[in-house]
Amino acid sequence: MEYFIQQLINGITLGGLYALIALGYTMVYGVIQLINFAHGEFFAAGGYVGVILLSFFTGLGYMETHPILCLSAAFVLTMGYCAFLAVGVEKVAYKPLRRQSRLAALLSALGVSIFLSNGLMLTQGVYDKAYPSELFQGGIEFGMVTISYLQMMIVGMTIFLLFGLNILVFKTKIGMAMRATAQDKVMSSLVSISSNRIISLTFAIGAGLAAAAGIMVGLYYGSVRYDMGFLPGIKAFAAAVLGGIGNITGAMLGGLIIGMVEIFGAGYISGQYKDVFAFIILISVLYFKPTGIMGENIDDTRV
Amino acid sequence: MIQEFKKVWKPYTIGLLWLLGLLWPLLGIHPDGTLSFDKTFTVWLYITVGTFICLLLYLMNKSGSLDAVSRPLAGMRETVGQASSKVPNWVWIIILLAVAFSYPFFTGRYAQDVATNVLIYICLGLGLNVVVGLAGMLDLGYIAFYGVGAYTYALLNIHFGMSFWICLPISATLALIAGCIIGYPTLRMRGDYLAIVTLGFGEIVRIILNNWMSLTNGPNGILGVKPPSIYIPSFENGFSLELFYLKKLHYLYYVALVLAIITIIAVRHLNFSRIGRAWESIREDETAAELMGVNTFKLKLLAYAMGALFAGMAGAFFCARMRFVSPESFTFLESAMVLSMVVLGGMGSIPGIILGAAALIVLPEVFREFEAYRMLAFGMAMVVMMLFRPAGLIPAKRMGTRGEEKEG
Repeated sequence: MEYFIQQLINGITLGGLYALIALGYTMVYGVIQLINFAHGEFFAAGGYVGVILLSFFTGLGYMETHPILCLSAAFVLTMGYCAFLAVGVEKVAYKPLRRQSRLAALLSALGVSIFLSNGLMLTQGVYDKAYPSELFQGGIEFGMVTISYLQMMIVGMTIFLLFGLNILVFKTKIGMAMRATAQDKVMSSLVSISSNRIISLTFAIGAGLAAAAGIMVGLYYGSVRYDMGFLPGIKAFAAAVLGGIGNITGAMLGGLIIGMVEIFGAGYISGQYKDVFAFIILISVLYFKPTGIMGENIDDTRV
Repeated sequence: MIQEFKKVWKPYTIGLLWLLGLLWPLLGIHPDGTLSFDKTFTVWLYITVGTFICLLLYLMNKSGSLDAVSRPLAGMRETVGQASSKVPNWVWIIILLAVAFSYPFFTGRYAQDVATNVLIYICLGLGLNVVVGLAGMLDLGYIAFYGVGAYTYALLNIHFGMSFWICLPISATLALIAGCIIGYPTLRMRGDYLAIVTLGFGEIVRIILNNWMSLTNGPNGILGVKPPSIYIPSFENGFSLELFYLKKLHYLYYVALVLAIITIIAVRHLNFSRIGRAWESIREDETAAELMGVNTFKLKLLAYAMGALFAGMAGAFFCARMRFVSPESFTFLESAMVLSMVVLGGMGSIPGIILGAAALIVLPEVFREFEAYRMLAFGMAMVVMMLFRPAGLIPAKRMGTRGEEKEG
C-alpha cells in the first residue's frame, strides 16, 4: 500500500510535467493544425538555459543567499528565452509554409527539431549537464511514504502554471481572441483579431510552459542532455492526443494519465519497457477513439 | 535591386538580432559566474556574413543583376539538355551501369566502402519513397524494418548457420510481415497522426531490441555474423563445390549494386503500374481516390509493406557487411536521415533519391573536418528545401499541385 501511494505521488509529479509539455502541442495544433515536432526541443532548451542560469547564479554566490529569488529569476528568464525561440522558429520555418501542403510543414518542423537538438549539442557538449543539487534537500515523511520538497515544488509550480493558463485562456480578452482564432481564422480576422500575432503568442505560451517543465525535469532528475526532448516530446504528444488534441483541459488530464501509466507500468510491470507504455496508449487511443477522451465538446474549449 | 533590398533589410536585421539574443545565453554565460561576449560574436559574425552573401546573391538573381552570368549558364544547360535528349535513354543507362560495374577497378578500399554505403541507402531511400513519395504517408519509424531485416539475418545465421542468400528473402518477408502488423492498426490515420504513431512504433522496436537480452543480446549486439557466400566449382581432386565467403570489399560492393539495381527496377515498375497510379491518387486526395473506386486501405497497406520489404532486404545486407548488428544502428536519427534523402532528392523521383542518397553520404565524407555539423546541416537543409524547393532537387514528373490546405 505504501508502495502504491509512493508511486501515485511520483506519477502525479511526472504527469504534471507531461501535462505542461502537452499543452504546447495541443494549443499549437488547435490554432494552426500543425504537430510542432520542435516542441520537445523547446523543452530541452528550457532545461539547458535553466541549468546555465542556475549554475551562473551559484557561481556568483547568490544561490546560498537568495535561493527563492534565483529560482524564480531562472524560471522567468528561461520561459522568456524559450518563448522568443519559439516565435523565431515559427516566423522562419512555419509561417511561410502555412498555405503549403501539410507534409511540407511537418517536414520543416522535423528539420527544425533536428537542427535545434544538434545546436544544443554543439554549444553545450554531448555529455550530461548536472543541475546544482543543493536546492530542495530532504522531504516530509508519512510513515513509509516520502514526499520530497522538490516534488512539492514541482507539483505546486505545475498547478500554478496550469491555473494561470486557464485564467489566461478563459477569462481574458487575449484568451478569447485565441479561442476565436482556433475556431475560425477568417471570421476572427474579420473582427480585427490579428491571426499572425495570435499564432505567435500561442507558440510563445506553449514554449514557455515547456521551458518551465524543462527546468523542473532537470531539477527532478538532476541533469539534462541535448537529446532529452525527444522521448518526453512524444509522450507529451501522446498525452495531448489522449485528451483530445486541441483541447486544453484534455491535455492536462492526458498528461496526468500518461505520467501515472508510465510510473505504475515501470513499478508493477517492467522498468525496462517503461517508455513503451505511452506509445501503446497513443496507438490504442488513436485506433479506438481518435478524438480522445475530451473530444466530444471539441468546439467549446478549443484553443 | 535597391528596391528589393529596402523591402527585406528590416526583417533580416531583426532576425539576426533575434539570433544573437538566442545564441548568447548558450555561449556567453558561464557556470563560474562570468559573462563573455567574444565567442558569441565570432559565431554570430560568421553566420551574418554567410547569410548576407546568400541574401545578396538571391536578391541580385531576382532583380536580374546576375543575368550576365546566369543567362549563358541557362543557355548552356539548355543546349546540353537538348544534346542529351537526342541520345536515347538506354545509352545513358548502359553508360551508368558500365561506370558502376567498373568502379572497384579504379578506386581504393575507402571509396568502395563509401559507395557500398550509398548503395544501401539508395535501397532504403527508394523503399521509403514508396511510402512517403508515392503514397504520401509520412513514416518516421522506417528504420525499424531495416532493423528487423538485419536482426533476422543475424539470428538465423548465428543460430542455424543459414546462408545469406536464403536469409535475404526471409528477412524481406519478415520485414514485410512486420510492416503489415504495424500498418494494419495505424493506416486508418491520416498525415500527422500517422507520422507520430510510426515514430512510436519505430521506438518500440528499438526498445525491444535493446531489452530482449535472451534473443538479441541487448545493447551489446550480435557479433560474428558471416558475410555472404557463394559456391564456386573447384577442380582439384575431381569436381566439387567450394564455399567461398565474399569478405572483400569489392565483392560486397557488387552484391550491394545488384540489390540496388533490383530495388530501382522494382520501384520503377511499381511507380508506373496501376498500383503506382493508385498510390499517387491517394497522395493527392484520399477521399477522391476512394470515390473513384481505389481501395485506399489495401493500397496503403501494400505501400507500407513494400517499403518495409526493401528496408528488410537492405537490413540483411547491412548486417552481412558489418558482420555485427546492434540496436544503436536503428535510432530515430537514422530514420530522419533516410527521410531527408527522400525529401532532398525529390519525393517520388527515382533519380532524385539516388542523387539525394549519394549527396548525403558522400558530402559528409568529403567535409570530414565538419563532421560535428552534419546533423545540423541536415536539419537546416530540410527546412530550406521545404521553404524554397519543396519538390526536391530533381522533382518527380507526375506530381499534383493541390495540397490539402489550399482549399480551405
